[in-house]
Amino acid sequence: MRSAKKGTRAHRAGAVPYLFLAPAMALFTLFMALPIGYTVYLSLRRTKVSGLGLGKGARTEVFAGLGNYTAAVSDGELWAGWLRVLGYGALVLVLMLGLALVFALMLDAAHVRLARFTRISIFLPYAVPGVAATLMWGFLYLPGLSPFGEHPFLSADLVTFSMANVAVWGGTGFNMLVLYTNLRAVPREYYEAARIDGASELDIALRIKIPILVPSIILTTVFSVIATIQVFTEPTTLRPLTNTISSTWSPLMKVYRDAFVTGDLYSAAATSMVIAGISLVLSFGFLRIVKNRAFGES
Amino acid sequence: MRVNRLAVTAVAILTAALSTACAGGTDEPSAQSASQSAAPAGPVKLTYWTWVPNMDKIVSVWNQAHPDIQVTVSKQAGGDDAAAKFLTAAKAGNPPDLVQAEYQMLPSFVAADAVADLKAETEQVKGEFGEGVWSLVTLGTDAVYAVPQDSGPMMLYYRRDLFEKYGIEVPKTWDEYAEAARTVRKKDPKVFLGTFSSKDPGWFAGLSQQAGAQWWSISGDAWKVAVNDEATKKVAAYWGGLVKEGVIDDMPYFTPEWNKALNDGTLLTWPSAVWGPGVLSSNAPKAKGKWAVAPLPQWNAGENYSGFWGGSSTAVAATSPNKAAAAKFATWLNTDPQALELLIKEGAIYPAAAKGAALMTEAPDYFSNQPDFWQRAAAIGATARGFTFGPNVNVTYNAYRDAFDKAVAAKSDFTAAVQAMQDTTIADMRKSGFSLAQ
Repeated sequence: MRSAKKGTRAHRAGAVPYLFLAPAMALFTLFMALPIGYTVYLSLRRTKVSGLGLGKGARTEVFAGLGNYTAAVSDGELWAGWLRVLGYGALVLVLMLGLALVFALMLDAAHVRLARFTRISIFLPYAVPGVAATLMWGFLYLPGLSPFGEHPFLSADLVTFSMANVAVWGGTGFNMLVLYTNLRAVPREYYEAARIDGASELDIALRIKIPILVPSIILTTVFSVIATIQVFTEPTTLRPLTNTISSTWSPLMKVYRDAFVTGDLYSAAATSMVIAGISLVLSFGFLRIVKNRAFGES
Repeated sequence: MRVNRLAVTAVAILTAALSTACAGGTDEPSAQSASQSAAPAGPVKLTYWTWVPNMDKIVSVWNQAHPDIQVTVSKQAGGDDAAAKFLTAAKAGNPPDLVQAEYQMLPSFVAADAVADLKAETEQVKGEFGEGVWSLVTLGTDAVYAVPQDSGPMMLYYRRDLFEKYGIEVPKTWDEYAEAARTVRKKDPKVFLGTFSSKDPGWFAGLSQQAGAQWWSISGDAWKVAVNDEATKKVAAYWGGLVKEGVIDDMPYFTPEWNKALNDGTLLTWPSAVWGPGVLSSNAPKAKGKWAVAPLPQWNAGENYSGFWGGSSTAVAATSPNKAAAAKFATWLNTDPQALELLIKEGAIYPAAAKGAALMTEAPDYFSNQPDFWQRAAAIGATARGFTFGPNVNVTYNAYRDAFDKAVAAKSDFTAAVQAMQDTTIADMRKSGFSLAQ
């Protein structure tokens, strides 16, 4: 009887769920599916010039097949860019998330003086726009202007570290806040019970707080991986100041260069599809690896 | 926990997709589309993208005298970004009616079919311009793609006070310049005579022009590309040698560091163009009255050549519904005596029109110590030689930055960087299908 009733209700609902879904689907189509579709379309085209390429009709758009994709994948500069970003990303991920975790645990520990002030000052750099932050650090790095003296912060050997420093400075506060907020939501009874059992503050941090935080740590890691893959602002802003950052330093910079500096929208579209594919694989790959560890309990 | 996982997954998909969507987007705010659909009944409304300072003041003089053609200035950032923005807007179908086009970018605009042929409209004013500058807007064809606005003949800016202090003569040849660079290093290891900028391909192009380079030329129905010609390789090898020797600095122009060096006297020369006073007065205000100009050093004693760095023209968009009105404004702006005077006074530019020189009487404020500044500039300008720019200068210039960045950082062979520019340029033209002459 119960199941029969449920069935009729579902039957009567009919189009209603679709109606509820409609706004979301319309927005998705308009702002996600269509632009991506257009990018895919562009990535399959190229310009064909005849003769000198001057005057009317000398330049036409033709179907290119997968030519832009093979060119994108076989371009050594793109993979060199991935390597650079990988090194940069490893630095940023470990330092930024490590610091964020340590700060969150310290702030959450009992009896911290000036907790509010410290929390805000760690978070504050996140509120500084990326371009402003990079310019500020850029001025601090320039040998002629730096108050730190004549150190080659922007030399070929150090430029990756200098850039990672800007990202860590800007991102630690945000990630710390995510972790800290999660910690505050944990019932205090856990800690009390642990203390009665004789656990020290360090034990509580390592054996209770960190395991509870694992889902949040994964979330912040995924965010950071995606942000790293998309790194663009820092190197682009620093580039005019130094000889050590090329116009294709990161994969997205290459997309920008192709589209807006050398005027080849089609290669840019193909390269950005490749980048999107790789970032999907990386994000999902990471989630898959940690899935059991993080979400096994449920 | 399940919800959490879904959220994370969704975020992963969305963000990855967004990165693509952003990268592929071509949207450009279309403030000027309104003007294009304006009914012909009222006054014609034109939009004009430019980065000449105070252009709005100059345009308001035109607007008062011409109630039927009203021009609105939209201030641009200038440089490569402005060119990319115009090309993108033209592709998207909503370009401004008028645009400031640097000479080296004009062929790219023409190749993208983004600018109109103004041959009929400019027939009358052709005589106002020298042959050299006129060929920059015709590209050696029968068409006229823009009205020349200003030109940038190159000259040597130097710190007169510090030349005296270190006992250096103004170098007449590049050999003397190299010798002076060594002398300066010996007298004060903190000071450099000059710096090689791997960020300014236009500067390097100008120096190559002085040496007689011809990066592009048209032979029949095909392009001939010779970025790696002997003249260019000579220039590259010369600067590469000085950078490697450590007697010339390698910091790029237009950086905070460079400004500081111009100001505090640790950089003594700047081979630049006639528009230099504007840059010096805003970037090195403290050194006012201490700089002077001389002709560029020559490759062979007794020669007298210069090149061009920068300079731009006023072009009309191919899709503008009011081409005639736009052409009328463009010719007024760049040939009318009143407009030229305003361009000099308000815009601080060196007009390309021949009669502009007569209007330049008072030396720029920054060079009040050199009352004959403009006479010298005019004499130097007459010796400048340029070359035809090709249809993908943006590719070549970008290759310059990347190749010379590397060469400067590694202090390696500069002629290899020139070869990289040539190879990149050729590869790009071949990919698009341009006819290339061997």
